[in-house]
Amino acid sequence: MMADERGMQDHTHYHAHGEDHVHDHDRTFQPDIEDSAPGRYELMTYAIRELMEEMGHLTAEELRRAQEKLDSWEPSQGARIVARAWTDPDFRKRLLEDGNAAMAEFGIEPGGAKMTVVENTDTVRNVIVCTLCSCYPRAVLGLPPDWYRSKSYRSRVVIEPRAVLKEFGTEIPADMTVRVHDSLADLRYLVLPRRPAGTEGWSEERLAALVTRDCMVGVADPEVPDTA
Amino acid sequence: MTGPFAPGDRVRVIRTHPPGHRRTPYYIRGKTGVIERVCGSFPNPEELAYGFDGLPRKNLYRVRFQQREVWPDYGGPAGDTVDVDIYEHWLRPA
Repeated sequence: MMADERGMQDHTHYHAHGEDHVHDHDRTFQPDIEDSAPGRYELMTYAIRELMEEMGHLTAEELRRAQEKLDSWEPSQGARIVARAWTDPDFRKRLLEDGNAAMAEFGIEPGGAKMTVVENTDTVRNVIVCTLCSCYPRAVLGLPPDWYRSKSYRSRVVIEPRAVLKEFGTEIPADMTVRVHDSLADLRYLVLPRRPAGTEGWSEERLAALVTRDCMVGVADPEVPDTA
Repeated sequence: MTGPFAPGDRVRVIRTHPPGHRRTPYYIRGKTGVIERVCGSFPNPEELAYGFDGLPRKNLYRVRFQQREVWPDYGGPAGDTVDVDIYEHWLRPA
C-alpha cells in the first residue's frame, strides 16, 4: 500500500517536471572506489604500510597526520605568493632569483626541491609538466589534479602545447613564445601569471583570490570577475 | 660549484638507453640545446632510487631546447622552447 502510494507520487512528480520515465527505472550508478582491483603498487603500499606499523617504525596516527598535512597544502599558498609578487617588486625579484628563500618568507619549506618561478610576460607564456611522472610544486599547490598526472597531458603538452592550452580555453598568439618546462629531477616550477588589467590598487588578499591553481601551472590566466 | 657548463653553452644530451631509473626522458636524448641556468648540485637521483647515497653530488642544469629541434614537425612558431632539467653526466659540449 505504501509502495503504491509512493509510486503514485513519483509518477505525478515526474510528470509535473516533464521528466522522462526512463530515469525512474534505468538508473546509472557511479562505480564505488573499491570496485576496481588494486594495482600492484597499491598492494605493495598497503603491505609496506602494514609491515612498518607492525615493526614499530610508524603508527597509524602518524601516517594519518602526514596525510592530513599533505591534504592541507593547497593552491591558496601559491596564490598568496603570486599576489605578493604583483604588489611588491622587491619580493618579485627575490622570488625569481631564489624561489626557496622567497617562499620561506611565507613559512613554506619545500624540502629538497628547488623552487623555480617562471614569469609570464607580454611575449612569453610558460606551462609546466612532468613528462616522466607527476613532479608538481606540492608545497605551494597541494596535490596535482588528475589531468596533470594523465598520460594524455604529459605526452601532449610537450609536443603540441598550443593545442593543449587551447583546450583549456587559453589561446596563445603566434607572436608570443611558449615555453614548456619539464620538471624531471630536482626542480619544481611555479608559473607567475600576469597581473590582470583593472586591478590597480587592489589589496594582496583580493588579488590572491584571482589566482587559481591552473594559472600557476600555466594553462589558464587570472580573470577579473565581471561585476559590471 | 657550477660544474663543467655555464649559461649560454651549447650542449648535447647523450643518446644512450641504460636500464634502470633515469631522469632524462627519451625524447630529449640526442638533442642539442643551450644551458639556460646552473641549478646547483644534488645527490644523484639515479643512484638514490636504488638505496645508494647519491654521492658525489651531480651538477644540475636547466637546458633550453628549440621545439623545432626536438620535434622536426612541430606545429608552432619558431622560438617556442622546452626547458628540461638535466644532470651533468647526460650532457656533452656541442
